Amino acid sequence: MTRLKKMMVTVLLVLSASASFGQEMKVSETILPNGLKVLLKEEHKSPVVTFQIWYRVGARNEQLGKTGMSHLLEHMMFKGSKNYGPKQFSQVVQRNGGNDNAFTSKDYTAYFENFAADRLEIAMELEADRMQNLLLEPKAFLSERDVVKEERRMRYEDDPTNMMVEQMMATAFSAHPYQWPVIGWMADLGNLTRDDLYQHYRTYYAPNNATIVIVGDFDAKKVLPLVKKHFGSIPRGPEVPKVGAEEPKQQGEKRVIVKQEAELPAIFAGYKVPTIKHPDAYALNVLQGILSSGKSSRLYKSLIYDKQIALYAGGDYDDVSVDPHLFYVYAGVMPGKSTEEVEKAIYAEIERLKNDPVTDEELQKAKNQAEASFVMSQDSVFYQAMLLGQYETVANWKLFGQYLDAIRAVKKEDVQRVAKAYFTEDNRTVGILVPVKKQ
Amino acid sequence: MQNKRKSIKLLIIIVMVAIFAALPVQVNAIEPLGKRIVLKNGMVLLLSEKHEIPMVTVSMAIKAGSVVEPGGKPGLASLTASLLTQGTAKRTASQISREIDFIGGSLSVSGGDDYASAGLRVLKKDIKTGFDLLSDVLMHPVFDQKEIDRKVKETLAAIQQQKEEPAVIAGEAFTKAVFGSHPYGKTSDDVAAFLPKLVRQDVLDFYARRYGPNDVIIAVVGDVTEKEIVSLLKEQFKGWKNAERTEMERTKPPVIGSVIVKKLDKNITQANIAMGHVGISRENPDYYAVMIMNYILGGGGFSSRLMDNIRDNRGLAYDVHSSFSAQKDPGPFRAWMQTKSESANESIDEIFKELKRIRTEPVSEKELADAKAYLTGSFPLRMDTYAKIAGMLTAIEIYNLGMDYPQKYPALINAVTREDILRVAKKYIDPDRMVIVVLGNQEKIKLKY
Repeated sequence: MTRLKKMMVTVLLVLSASASFGQEMKVSETILPNGLKVLLKEEHKSPVVTFQIWYRVGARNEQLGKTGMSHLLEHMMFKGSKNYGPKQFSQVVQRNGGNDNAFTSKDYTAYFENFAADRLEIAMELEADRMQNLLLEPKAFLSERDVVKEERRMRYEDDPTNMMVEQMMATAFSAHPYQWPVIGWMADLGNLTRDDLYQHYRTYYAPNNATIVIVGDFDAKKVLPLVKKHFGSIPRGPEVPKVGAEEPKQQGEKRVIVKQEAELPAIFAGYKVPTIKHPDAYALNVLQGILSSGKSSRLYKSLIYDKQIALYAGGDYDDVSVDPHLFYVYAGVMPGKSTEEVEKAIYAEIERLKNDPVTDEELQKAKNQAEASFVMSQDSVFYQAMLLGQYETVANWKLFGQYLDAIRAVKKEDVQRVAKAYFTEDNRTVGILVPVKKQ
Repeated sequence: MQNKRKSIKLLIIIVMVAIFAALPVQVNAIEPLGKRIVLKNGMVLLLSEKHEIPMVTVSMAIKAGSVVEPGGKPGLASLTASLLTQGTAKRTASQISREIDFIGGSLSVSGGDDYASAGLRVLKKDIKTGFDLLSDVLMHPVFDQKEIDRKVKETLAAIQQQKEEPAVIAGEAFTKAVFGSHPYGKTSDDVAAFLPKLVRQDVLDFYARRYGPNDVIIAVVGDVTEKEIVSLLKEQFKGWKNAERTEMERTKPPVIGSVIVKKLDKNITQANIAMGHVGISRENPDYYAVMIMNYILGGGGFSSRLMDNIRDNRGLAYDVHSSFSAQKDPGPFRAWMQTKSESANESIDEIFKELKRIRTEPVSEKELADAKAYLTGSFPLRMDTYAKIAGMLTAIEIYNLGMDYPQKYPALINAVTREDILRVAKKYIDPDRMVIVVLGNQEKIKLKY
């Protein structure tokens, strides 16, 4: 398993756990005077705790020619701060039996430490230090920029399907920064400077642009004072610049072809859809379940099982997003089958959703799956914190508490209505990977 | 395989290397991890009752891995495992997926080297349905010819697609060179060569010989009582016929007498590098010393020497690590990285330097203390979900570690000395006799090895 695949599995788990908590979220929310939001959730089933800090900054906040800045800065956050110099950070975490890591998306950058319950304060000390006192040493910057270029080579340059998806995204959005890859374009990476990063850090890394989420085996009454002790005195930063970009309504299908040395063709089609802040999100999530969740789902059943024209097929809804993003449908073409045939078969399933109501069984199944995911997601403190962090960073964590009820209320007509409203040819961007053999 | 590209959602970039250390444990678990019950039919039940969440997680290990495949039929064990959920005497493949999907659960069976594994996850209220499905697929598969054809086609296509993945190609070449005709050396190319010749009788025979209660470990974690689960298992697995226990002859891995270099040409931007040889078995008494040694060498993420030297100081790679995969037989020891073509030689030089250093100089007191602190201190994180507990229970049974393993573990780790580390490094790492696989654009790589 490459790390990339691991990553996808992780994301998938988060996806399938989209329904966590329901009404009884038992989350306490505190906003410190410097604007830092703190979400605490006690969970005593296992003697562990996860500490996460979420900054509202990602590719969405970047500029043309300077893409990849948020992600590179995330790397630099592990290269030393005032009290924990170079190489210290992960070593301190590991010496205390902890695991740490971070991730950057289009909308956020998040850092986490997972520890045995009694080590929680170490995470606070480390995160508070690097929120204000990052070193950003020029030499370390140059070397880490090379590391990120290697990461880009591994994930994109040498992975034809990912390269096609990157191009598809760049085509789908024309006015909005969602067109840029989170990792950044290769040439941009080469042009980024240490001062660019410093500016980015100073602009976005401040208590008023962050949320702390702690879930696990602790006593909130004792932990909140600790959070205040470590973060309370950090001064509020200036107001974060607004992103005014708005993607105009798409007026016709966009297509992008990527010719690359590859074994099999692949198709990714994205439809522009609203986010979780919009009431249609729930019907779209139910639709996603019916289309793609499990081997009884429509895309699997039709393309993989019955017709045997696809090696993989599915649909994903990027709903936890600050600005409207995409609902993707995709498939990998079986050897000997044509891309056109597979693409047609995907759209046939889309048309079915528009033309006929889904069955009672399918609707109930999607709701049962959401409900089971809700229960099962409570098994992991990390995912619970991750979901809270995501929701809070792009919208509001309380939205999450309504999720399950809203899913339960979805009717067949709603599914059909959203299919008709969003899954139109004019609202679609299609990426096709065409394998070529190079000399 | 079908879900390979399942989620591009969020396009998150996980940046650092997550450190899933090879092992468990600290002494937070005062109470025993679980209970071991041998059922009348021979099934070994490992039960951990957990009533916080109304769900049940089941993980089974069945002695039907590729090590017991008949000669000349690579891939048969995996194919058989994947066909179990594709139709039984009572249910078609579609009915099985509809039933498990309808209750929001998951059910899977898959192949492996030493064991095939089956997994089930359901809400407590659906436990009967879940076990009914699980026992049905294990006891009454029909292996319909159409389903066999479908799986063969899918598997061949998946193998073809993996040729797009440099890490897979390099990994397979490494496996082949290190293990030769030992069962751990079976590659997808071997599988692809055999599958078109496979007949239904192969699957029927393998199933009849290898699937039975006497070779099954079943770990159950979750909201269920002993009484409930024992009677449920009795009822559900009633009448399941015993499997054969014959072991297969195993060819020894080839002797590697020098550095063997395999250059594979592919038009990509990075050189994918795998270096190593046969490592150790999980039952080797040096296991704990080797794990600590490897943590310091290349298993400990940012605390490891390979990461510090090659990524942190030189910026040559995103991912560089080493691992000992300890299975029933000695599995591979492997150092692994990818770097732009032009840096391949420098990177291999540095890996060699680190391999030689750990064999000739004692590790520092601090390195050893840090490694021990991590390995013991991270134990609670290795047990913090039902699935992880089930995995731990299964490993305890397979490798005979004892239910008090969590309690014993810190002592096993803390007993290791700097001299042990040096000794095991010398014994289990041999830079003069290893395989080096380099996949990439050979014209640009200009390998000097």
